[in-house]
Amino acid sequence: MSFEIDVTRQLGDAAVRLSLRADAGLTALFGPSGAGKTSVLNMVAGLLRPDAGRIVVDGELLFDSATRVDLPPERRRIGYVFQDGRLFPHKRVRANLVYGERLAAPEHRWIGFDDVVAFLGIGHLLDRWPRTLSGGEAQRVAIGRALLSAPRFLLMDEPLSSLDAARREEIMSVIERVRDELRLPILYVSHDRAEVDRLATTIVPIGL
Amino acid sequence: MLGLAPDDWEIIRLSLKVSAVAVLVTLPIAFGLAWLLARMRFPGKFLVDGLIHLPLVLPPVVTGWMLLLAFGNNGPLGRFFEQWLGITFMFRWTGAALAAAVMALPLMVRAIRLSIEAVDRRLEGAARTLGASALRTFLTITVPLSLPGVLAATVLGFARSIGEFGATITFVSNIPGETRTLPIAIYTALQMPGAEAVVTRLAIISVILSLAALVASEALARRSGQGQGGHVL
Repeated sequence: MSFEIDVTRQLGDAAVRLSLRADAGLTALFGPSGAGKTSVLNMVAGLLRPDAGRIVVDGELLFDSATRVDLPPERRRIGYVFQDGRLFPHKRVRANLVYGERLAAPEHRWIGFDDVVAFLGIGHLLDRWPRTLSGGEAQRVAIGRALLSAPRFLLMDEPLSSLDAARREEIMSVIERVRDELRLPILYVSHDRAEVDRLATTIVPIGL
Repeated sequence: MLGLAPDDWEIIRLSLKVSAVAVLVTLPIAFGLAWLLARMRFPGKFLVDGLIHLPLVLPPVVTGWMLLLAFGNNGPLGRFFEQWLGITFMFRWTGAALAAAVMALPLMVRAIRLSIEAVDRRLEGAARTLGASALRTFLTITVPLSLPGVLAATVLGFARSIGEFGATITFVSNIPGETRTLPIAIYTALQMPGAEAVVTRLAIISVILSLAALVASEALARRSGQGQGGHVL
């Protein structure tokens, strides 16, 4: 498992330019706000098209401007955990969790619904609406929803930034367990040094 | 009930039929146009926008006259519908429904467009990363999240259709059982001496129908909006 990312993209006046090689484990893109870290994740996810470059994950070409390869997001098999959870407000927790699971090919699934619910301790939340969840609860559900979509790797965009100290600790240990127990490669974005030092196996400075 | 005459019932049935058909046929069209205007950039967009909104600002009589030109027996669209779909509009209830639909369209497009613009597009991105195609994302995220606007459009469109007068009477005249809807029936009764009782009855029915539409929409909104606490109007 490896990431090979070479991308450039003009965003207004600023240019995002990144070249990175990373192996499995948790690779943290570390840098100040506004350095284009989220844009890099969006480019890997297929939500933002690079002006030029090449993205290869696990030997599979996701994007290549030279040969005009550009897989749509739904075919990249990524799990994206956003800063704000981004749960679907019109679906209960259970429906949010299975949204991606139902769309994943059976042969790609590597974890079941009950396992995810137990792993994250969210069994008591299944019938709740997203707007009734605390920040930490919402983030655990968001992680579960991403895991159930049968991803090959996770993208995490500042998943702790909207949480208070106690919740941060809780979600950090969840992320460590995703890294160590599920052995899922993670591309992680943060501007917090302590957080990155604790979680990352590889640190890639960006915009510094 | 209410001492309604058989004629009254026929008028109510016709009005409901005309309005229901107008709204149901217009709804998907309005959604498509609203989505186009909310999400797409294309040359001539302001023209499409203007054309949709024209019936809102034109005197209804003018709209009716233009419908007559386009959908009359010799109008290009009228001939097309007659030949290919077997639908005639002239002096028929279908014409009344068409007039109501054209008059209701701008209101419906506006309501739905606002709702689509309020949908958080980042949720659509999240759905894509979870494996949903663009079409599935549209059907499972965009459409349900813009449901409050669809409900508002339905109520507004229905109310507008029930009340439609000017364009209808210009386009398809005043024919009992075919195009004499509630407002036209009230107008007709007002022209006859001694028909005040009929006017009063029909006016009361109008109020009841409009209120019922409002109440029904509020109830629907409450049921569909559980997760979000949505409001219709």
